[in-house]
Amino acid sequence: MTTLHGDIHGAHGHHGGHDHHDGSYLERKGGMIATIIDWATTIDHKKIGVMYLVAVLTMFFVGGIAAMLIRYELIDPVTIAQVDGASVTEGTRLAALFGDKDMSVAEADRIYNRVMTLHGAVMVFMFIVPGIPASLGNFLLPLMLGAKDVAFPRLNLASWYVYVFGSIFGILAIVMGGVDTGWTFYTPYSSSHADPGHWRVVFMILAAFILGFSSIFTGLNFIVTVHKLRAPGLGWFDLPLFVWAMYSTSVIQVLATPVIGITLLLLVFERLFHVGIFDPALGGDPVLFQHFFWFYSHPVVYVMILPGMGIISECIAVHSRKQIFGYKAIAFSSLSIAAISFLVWGHHLFTSEGELAATIFSALTFLVAIPTAVKVFNWIGTLYKGSIQINTPMLYTLFFLFTFSIGGLTGLPLGALATDLHLHDSYFVVAHFHYVMMGGTVIAFLAGIHHWWPKMFGRMYNERWSMFACVLVFIGFNTTFFTQFFLGTRGMPRRYASYLPEYQTLHQISSLGAGILLVGFLLHLALLVGSLIAGKKAPANPWGGLTFEWEADSPPTTHNFHHEPIAKHGPYAFDDVVPPHCDPKDYPLADPLPEGAKAH
Amino acid sequence: MTTLDINHGGDAKANRPYHQTYTQASHFRSKDEEFDAVKIGMWLFLATEVLLFAGLFVGYAIFRMMHPEAFANGSHYLDWKWGCLNTIVLLFSSWTIATAIGNAQRNEQKALRRNLLITIACALLFVGIKLTFEYMPKWSGWFLSIDPALSHYESSKTALGGMLHFVEGYGGKRPGSLFDYPFAENPYEPMWWSIYYCATGIHATHVLIGVGLISWLYLRARKLHFGPGHYNAVEIVGLYWHIVDLIWIFLFPLLYLIH
Repeated sequence: MTTLHGDIHGAHGHHGGHDHHDGSYLERKGGMIATIIDWATTIDHKKIGVMYLVAVLTMFFVGGIAAMLIRYELIDPVTIAQVDGASVTEGTRLAALFGDKDMSVAEADRIYNRVMTLHGAVMVFMFIVPGIPASLGNFLLPLMLGAKDVAFPRLNLASWYVYVFGSIFGILAIVMGGVDTGWTFYTPYSSSHADPGHWRVVFMILAAFILGFSSIFTGLNFIVTVHKLRAPGLGWFDLPLFVWAMYSTSVIQVLATPVIGITLLLLVFERLFHVGIFDPALGGDPVLFQHFFWFYSHPVVYVMILPGMGIISECIAVHSRKQIFGYKAIAFSSLSIAAISFLVWGHHLFTSEGELAATIFSALTFLVAIPTAVKVFNWIGTLYKGSIQINTPMLYTLFFLFTFSIGGLTGLPLGALATDLHLHDSYFVVAHFHYVMMGGTVIAFLAGIHHWWPKMFGRMYNERWSMFACVLVFIGFNTTFFTQFFLGTRGMPRRYASYLPEYQTLHQISSLGAGILLVGFLLHLALLVGSLIAGKKAPANPWGGLTFEWEADSPPTTHNFHHEPIAKHGPYAFDDVVPPHCDPKDYPLADPLPEGAKAH
Repeated sequence: MTTLDINHGGDAKANRPYHQTYTQASHFRSKDEEFDAVKIGMWLFLATEVLLFAGLFVGYAIFRMMHPEAFANGSHYLDWKWGCLNTIVLLFSSWTIATAIGNAQRNEQKALRRNLLITIACALLFVGIKLTFEYMPKWSGWFLSIDPALSHYESSKTALGGMLHFVEGYGGKRPGSLFDYPFAENPYEPMWWSIYYCATGIHATHVLIGVGLISWLYLRARKLHFGPGHYNAVEIVGLYWHIVDLIWIFLFPLLYLIH
């Protein structure tokens, strides 16, 4: 509780409503009901982060089931065979799964469209956008700054409730029978009046609208926290790169989300009052909707990936035990990605906007490649001559470098107009963004979860089995999505339940990969839950990190630190600083020396 | 949770008003730091408000460019004098809330309460004028106008020596599907009304939210919550109220004055 800037009004000794100052934040406050109430009303950023982690991983599970259903349907094409003079539909697997095997092809397609929309909407709005910032960001940002909490703790709790409220609207739309607009809600799919799914579409749009508020609340909170609550001596260039990434993410969240807010609000008015702004039947302009939608949804792609990049910067430096290469270049590349992200939305409309606009947006799109590549080169530069420890976070980090680079580089033929005309709306696009979103963000998220798991819950996960699960995820992921690049270049269009027979082999390999991926994720889940029950107790600083969060206990106390930390060295000064609380025997897998060998 | 411990310091503090005993939330180092944080937070929120309305302004600009006649025809039905009166009402309320912040800083409790009340009254007056003289007549029936230029719309009665006209309503000038198509003099006129109702409707919603916030300030001001030592809430609600005013300053000429 010592503060350097305590003022005459009595900052000292004013502890607010917290009861235990030195106990772990996970300490139970009485019985079951008291504990639930304690969590439900908490303003502790760590608990809110954990609550978010549970919530977004639940949505990841829901979206993942939808993904498995998609791959299940695509194991074989829908065909109509002539048997004894009657035509029989074959290959409508989802229709068979959900009841009527003899459903017409059109109805079976409708089921597929809903599952596909469910997968997209849940994964984008409820998992990947809030994912890293709201869970790991919430937990770590104040710790990394040496602060006791985010600037507005109650707003932080409100953001969680808004998130849950919005998700309930989305789930309601799904339970009522689903939405088949695609996650992009393009008009006129989302605005046609005769659609019997009237209220479901309204609910799904409202869900995305409400979730936007939770995103704004988090972003706003983080920006103010970084500006005002840094520990004494912690300058902007002493910040961990994860904080720079979160800051850039927050700028995008605050500046882009209101635009999707008004767009979705107008879309709701479109459905309820038929205002005609986006509906071509009433004189509106559907391309205007696309512009508005992507003015948000393109920047938000970087809301998805920037936090992942922040995690990679942390993991790569700590597990290579080396000063990060090009600190300022990485920090500023995060900000410049955020800035450029607002100028490239038009590349989602290459085939619907004018030629001049397409040319300009194509040129601007290539600009994004520069700061992104700066990051990748700097990460590789950090690895060079580092003492690399291969453990689950590091394995995922290396996995990220591989898959994210593929994702990034396959974006270039999509950003070039001539090649995009061939590739757009094909599986090439699907493969590209899954390599970025999943091979980038989800993989970085897993790296981060394992890197900070000991800090968050005070338990070590099982390193060997987790590395095995990581390898499964790597194999499963690449099997699922690398095949889709081939499907795309050969002309398989996205968003269809059926396909020509010549695509079947590749589709089946892709579905097989999805199965491996599922096994890998379930194994991770079992290992992480298992570690909470039977894991070894984690030391305060298991990896020998130098950022503030490793100075706190594992798990941290309610007030994060016993004393307000003071920045005395850079976040990655591994060359000349001994990490706090660091004991060589705390490194579970570092340099396992063979029996009888002598350490030098 | 941490900011409302009024009697935290014991008897000596209990008799002093809240704004004198107020200490910052425990994760801030000083009250100044908290004040700065709260203000940055509000400015960021105002940025989101500007971007929210930016969507409507862009929609306005694009459809105006595509269908200039429909927009000219539609705006012809708006009475710029009511718009002007509402602009004055809102500008005045911005002045009163700015003054209220000064009152809090100087511990002028009575003036603070008075200025907050005037601001609330102006906000309600704005919404009242909007509903009674602008929205309702476009939906149906007779209405009161102070614009002599509208007298050719089958004005049947005048009052106050020709200052006020009772005019037959335009009916049918409603948003979207509620628009009565026989009234359309231009095929794209319904879109003008959609944009008009969406923009002014969302703005009016903000005004009503402001009424709620300023009423909350008033209730707290009555309990002597604000003074030189603590006026964060007055400051940031004041900022919010200015942005609501500012958006109207843009809506008024775009909708009423440009033909």
